[in-house]
Amino acid sequence: MTAPEPAPAPAPAPEHRDAGTSAPPAPPDAPATPDAAAPPDTPGREPTRLRRELRAVHALVHRDLLRLSSQPTHTALMLLQPVLYLFILGGGLAALIPTSTLGVGYQTYLFPGMLMMTVQTPAIMVGIRLITDRQSGYLRELLMAPVSRTTLLLGSCAGGTTVAAVQGAVLLAMAGAVGLPYDPLLLALLMGGMILASFTITALSLALAVSLQRAEVFHMLLGVVMMPLLFLSGGFFPLDSLPGWARSLAAVNPIAYGVDLLRRSITLRLPDRATAAGIEWFGSRPPLALEAAALLAAGALALLWAAHRFKRPD
Amino acid sequence: MKPHAGDDAPARALLLTAAPEDPDSTRSAPEPAYAISTHGLVKSYPGPDGTAVHAVRGLDLDVSQGETFAFLGPNGAGKSTTIAMLCALARPTAGRAVVAGTDVVARPDRVRRNVGMLFQHSALDPDLTAEQNLYIHARLYGMGRRHARRRVGETLEAVALTDRRRSPVRTLSGGMRRRLEIARGLLHEPRILFLDEPTTGLDPHARAQVWDHLRTLRERHGTTLFVTTHYLEEAENCDRLAIIDAGRLVAQGTPFALRAAIGDDRVVLRTGDDTRARQVVHQTAPPDTALTLDADGLCLRVPDGSAWIPRLCAALEAHGIPVRAASATPPTLDDVFFHHTGRSITTARPPQPETGKDA
Repeated sequence: MTAPEPAPAPAPAPEHRDAGTSAPPAPPDAPATPDAAAPPDTPGREPTRLRRELRAVHALVHRDLLRLSSQPTHTALMLLQPVLYLFILGGGLAALIPTSTLGVGYQTYLFPGMLMMTVQTPAIMVGIRLITDRQSGYLRELLMAPVSRTTLLLGSCAGGTTVAAVQGAVLLAMAGAVGLPYDPLLLALLMGGMILASFTITALSLALAVSLQRAEVFHMLLGVVMMPLLFLSGGFFPLDSLPGWARSLAAVNPIAYGVDLLRRSITLRLPDRATAAGIEWFGSRPPLALEAAALLAAGALALLWAAHRFKRPD
Repeated sequence: MKPHAGDDAPARALLLTAAPEDPDSTRSAPEPAYAISTHGLVKSYPGPDGTAVHAVRGLDLDVSQGETFAFLGPNGAGKSTTIAMLCALARPTAGRAVVAGTDVVARPDRVRRNVGMLFQHSALDPDLTAEQNLYIHARLYGMGRRHARRRVGETLEAVALTDRRRSPVRTLSGGMRRRLEIARGLLHEPRILFLDEPTTGLDPHARAQVWDHLRTLRERHGTTLFVTTHYLEEAENCDRLAIIDAGRLVAQGTPFALRAAIGDDRVVLRTGDDTRARQVVHQTAPPDTALTLDADGLCLRVPDGSAWIPRLCAALEAHGIPVRAASATPPTLDDVFFHHTGRSITTARPPQPETGKDA
């Protein structure tokens, strides 16, 4: 039984033979581009490049939100700290600090700072997670995705900002408890300020994380830096009572900008609750819009730098 | 019913890769028949004191479509680094690699769309469920929501994890995680699946299951599998394999051809009188057969050893020499490895495993 094997010439190219039988290549109808033979993802249509990148960003935001909802205890604990500060520290000190010194009750005064505190924890976690993802190998899985590395970094940043904003919104819902009205515009302003601040802190955290190899170093750095940053944020007490050098330090503190932004948003809607001055540039307060722009620019620059560092392939 | 294409060409299978870059290496059109084709692939890392660490030194590989290709070598031989380059995760220092018809340096995104990857160390998000892990990955690969959901369902089913789809990954066993990772690698229906030590750390049962899934995958979809391993028995079951040592390819071919190329079966005879038996065997066996007499008995190397045993026994019986035991052992892949590197793959294990060089 040697006869009916139809293969005309398998002999001259023995190496290619089994390939030809198992996977039919398409040389006749696809002469030039090898991609034409690629199996289509969805029959008919290929999503555009931009769409793919946006989907990847969305995937990362989705991951962060899923993590948030799958760890309710963790989330509650992260919210606990600012709530404790607000009602225990704030409540206790309110009796000592007369309203006349700050223009408002101490709890109301503390509120913007606590909003920032709520927002900053998840924002900073993004940087830590970039490092732990790198250590666990999850980052490599992400890098395998057919999207640019910048997209992945943007996705992480968007995810961190979203989670921070969600947590901030929870605390914002307690505005009534510190004597602020539920005015839609005020809430929108505060929300906007929080989102902006979350973005900048997330971006800064990512910029730090891309250049650090170990999570411990990050934690150590945070431990050293966070306390002064919080004290110099104007969240707990007015900055103008501080010595000059401390005020110049506050002028480069992103958290101080965030707090100031939120505080001034309140003043904008409720002029009768004008509080003591926050950030000062050369002895005068910059316009609100400029302050917001500075915060945005700092975040954007940090993100650009992080993307630049992150883009470098191995 | 035909033997594998490479089986009848053992000589061709041996590829000694001392060849440095030759000038006519710039083949313009990639061979569509090859799923993976590399030429003079080199990867060096900056080492301490300005020296360079050469992880891969000039690799020439050709892997056909639909083939299961094993990449065998001890830890630290450069297997993971090679895979990283083929997946466009690491940039080659020199040389060229075409994967799924696309150059890895020119179009890394297109390469990644066509390949799936299973890394050596499990990296799933432990806090999310199996389903959520896959869904996020599908979206990362640019699938629409509905398409992503469908593929998640299909791949979970393919690796028999549908009933655990809502379990958080941290509650899954090691074997299940591996299968989930295979599912993740298959979400975007890659033409080539890279598996870096897919069964390391699994118990034999889980290991067999992983291989069952891989085999099914190959039969159903014709997916090319590129597997690194230091388990000889796994390499044995692949269509073809390449042996890598210290960043160099020392041999490639079918397991059969590689074993055949290094020589003959080892036949050992224990008889009542080995000295006389030696003379008889000398007359019976092919003229230039190597014959040794040691504590094991009379030992000779002949092709197709088991076919020789009855003939040798008959000759010995005819001379009145009783045969107590006879065995024929074909050369193992470890013999092949030993033949090419001068040491055994199982002893060549440096204390530091090859991990975390990239990303």
